[in-house]
Amino acid sequence: MSTPTHTTHEYHPDSTGSKIAMWLFLFTELLLFGGMFLLYAVYRAKNPADFHYASLNLDTKVGAINTGILLTSSLTMVLAIGMLERRNRKASFWLLVITIAFGVWFLINKYIEWSHKIHHGIYPGSEELIGRTAGENLFYSLYFLMTGLHGIHVIAGLIVLGFMAWMVARPHQRSLPISALSAEARPNAVSVTVEYGVDPKLDEQKLIRLENAGLYWHLVDVIWIFLFPLFYLIS
Amino acid sequence: MTDAAPSYLADQRRHKGLAGWIFSTDHKRIGVLYLWSILTFFSVGVLIGVVMRLKMLWPGEHLYSAAAYNAFFTVHGVIQIFLFIIPGIPAAFGNFILPLQIGAKDVAFPRLNLLSWWVYVVGAILALTALLSGNGPPDTGWSFYVPYSLRTNTNVTLAVFAAFILGFSSILTGLNFITTIHRMRCPGMSWFRMPLFTWSLYATAWIQILATPILAITLILVMAERILNLGLFDPARGGDPLLYQHLFWIYSHPAVYIMILPAMGVISEVIPTFCRKNIYGYKAIAFSSLAIAFVGYLVWAHHMFTSGMSDTARMVFSLLTFLVAIPSGVKVFNWIATMYKGSIKIEPPMLFAMTFLFLFSIGGLTGLLNGALATDINVHETYYVVGHFHYTMFGGTGMGFFAALLYWFPKMTGKMYNKRTIVVAWAHIFVGFNMLYFTMMIMGWMGMPRRYYSYPPEFHTYHVVATIGSWLLAIGVFMFLGAFIAALRKGQPATANPWESATLEWQTPSPPPTENFHDIPTVTGGPYEYKGGHPA
Amino acid sequence: MSSEKHPPISLGTYLMVWLALLALTALTITAASLHFGRWSVLAAIIIATIKGTLVLMYFMHLRYEDRVFKIMLLLALFTLAVIMLLTFVDVLLR
Repeated sequence: MSTPTHTTHEYHPDSTGSKIAMWLFLFTELLLFGGMFLLYAVYRAKNPADFHYASLNLDTKVGAINTGILLTSSLTMVLAIGMLERRNRKASFWLLVITIAFGVWFLINKYIEWSHKIHHGIYPGSEELIGRTAGENLFYSLYFLMTGLHGIHVIAGLIVLGFMAWMVARPHQRSLPISALSAEARPNAVSVTVEYGVDPKLDEQKLIRLENAGLYWHLVDVIWIFLFPLFYLIS
Repeated sequence: MTDAAPSYLADQRRHKGLAGWIFSTDHKRIGVLYLWSILTFFSVGVLIGVVMRLKMLWPGEHLYSAAAYNAFFTVHGVIQIFLFIIPGIPAAFGNFILPLQIGAKDVAFPRLNLLSWWVYVVGAILALTALLSGNGPPDTGWSFYVPYSLRTNTNVTLAVFAAFILGFSSILTGLNFITTIHRMRCPGMSWFRMPLFTWSLYATAWIQILATPILAITLILVMAERILNLGLFDPARGGDPLLYQHLFWIYSHPAVYIMILPAMGVISEVIPTFCRKNIYGYKAIAFSSLAIAFVGYLVWAHHMFTSGMSDTARMVFSLLTFLVAIPSGVKVFNWIATMYKGSIKIEPPMLFAMTFLFLFSIGGLTGLLNGALATDINVHETYYVVGHFHYTMFGGTGMGFFAALLYWFPKMTGKMYNKRTIVVAWAHIFVGFNMLYFTMMIMGWMGMPRRYYSYPPEFHTYHVVATIGSWLLAIGVFMFLGAFIAALRKGQPATANPWESATLEWQTPSPPPTENFHDIPTVTGGPYEYKGGHPA
Repeated sequence: MSSEKHPPISLGTYLMVWLALLALTALTITAASLHFGRWSVLAAIIIATIKGTLVLMYFMHLRYEDRVFKIMLLLALFTLAVIMLLTFVDVLLR
């Protein structure tokens, strides 16, 4: 009668591999927004005066505040990662919460901006817009399209960050089902716990995931860094 | 062999039966899932082609309406391109063979791999829904050009959304393969000891990552225009319809390299094996894959020569288009040089590889008339173009896909098919193919426009010949596929290495165990080393 | 394969980068209100590129990563640049 065993499965995640994959995904986002920036560049080159004029109608102050918000949220994000690296899960968790709060604030500002425009009859396909010059029409269509798609990415980012906060908060040992073991190891196994990495106080896989989530969040920031001047500051 | 590990086909883990397949993260099972899905859609696409050719037997509107004909050619294109050819070789064979060829246990992200198949299935279901529901399948052509795609009442939004979802499947595959190749090669396998199929998958994966997002934004724009009326392509509101064409082809041209590079990789595997010889110019072929991937980004507007672009652009793109033929030429010369003084054995995979060489070369050469500005004015939007791209896509990638199936089927299933049936099927395919598509090129040269449901009497005989060709081709294709179904049921058992090939996937049982290798191999030489007709 | 770790970057570095980013944002807003005409767009794009580079290099750790990451990013950016350039060959010269 063989003795029941409680196995510890040591798992060394490939952080470089995960990082490569995350960067590849970021490249797809770069190209996605790149296509829209291409449209913007072409239409701006053809309608410089109209774009300049339409840009006056956007509130530079709100744009600037939103830029500050995202830049600061990038800071808190990177600090959250730094705290996890320094084994301070509590600080990391709260920094993530602050990052999420900044993201929500950004979206609220966006919502107010958009409502204001829509209230004045400026929205895709509106009569007011169709009645304006070609260049203004293009400017606003691009504005809604690009900030809209950016906003969707912010929302997605906030969902991911929410998961990250939850992940950081829970204690790091984890159990696996017995079927995850190889055929030879299964008969005697009673339970399987997983330890990620060499240091018992640092869950390597959590750190990798947090870093990757951070990369996504920073990309959202970088896209806004370009959106802001191109829409708000070209007057 | 008393190896305890069961084959991946028989292994039962967390889930049993069907669930053990659709929830499996084993790259081999995922490859097989893809293979079934892809061949099913390919068959549907072939049947639609046959239905299209039936109508073209006589001029005039009969059999079904002109509007229905528009829907048929659109659906034929969407299915064959997005559900068969683009996922094609990477998804079905790349998934199965790549880890085996580099001595790995699986791909870098097995769960992401399974996700890519589920996303494919969701995209396929959405595409089918677009075809069979509401206002009916789109009638815009698979290229969805504005302004018609924005005005037609048919299910454009849904079809375009399906293509958008399918793009994610492609991106996930590319992401997985790049990471796998960078991180999971077995000890001793340096970059220049990788098989050329692996190289081709690597180059393809980069195109999948960098080009597919442009398709995504193009499709988003079509949906946004239809729903929100942005006016970004409406000249009355300052928009430029040509920008749509630019965005569309910026993806869709590199897409043809997603299609052809893996097929070329398959040929690079088959030829050394059946010539019992090292490949000629390994590095040149590896680098030419990267070169094709790179230059392929620079030529897209050769689809737009008659659209109203600037003259400078037309000249620039024509010049760049001629450049992209160079690395393809390098490959063809190296393959032929490999065959020279080789000990050639014409087994079915080799038969189809040689067919690839012949048909793809015709396709490539006929492309020159499209790339040259003066002649393109005459052949653009005619049957000449249709003939050209079927020679390259079907005669190229299609034959490459068939060659891959013939080559790796014994490895995947442990069974061998009936070679005589395959040769008979091949004869039908070869004769039917040329009857159908060469005739198209002649017709196009005479002025027959594409996507037209009717024609003047001087084209009648040619259309009849082409349609009869389509029947032979379809019969051949179904005979071919039928041979594999029969082999699954009652094929002879195959050994681990029935072709006596030198690459790693043949150094493990047929079919392989779930873990691929009992011990991870260590590699000490190149992938195609043969001595005295046997793997060194 | 265990992760090749570099020592954690000092929090001070992050704070400095953040301050630089805020300063550059203020700069770009100020520059926009001065009427450089056609050059204002170029100035805005240059400043945005500097800001983006700071985020990429420090917040996204690119400065400390293996060379392969930098090569891959350059590849992606180069592809985008080529696409834009070739499109403009058509659009501007019609």
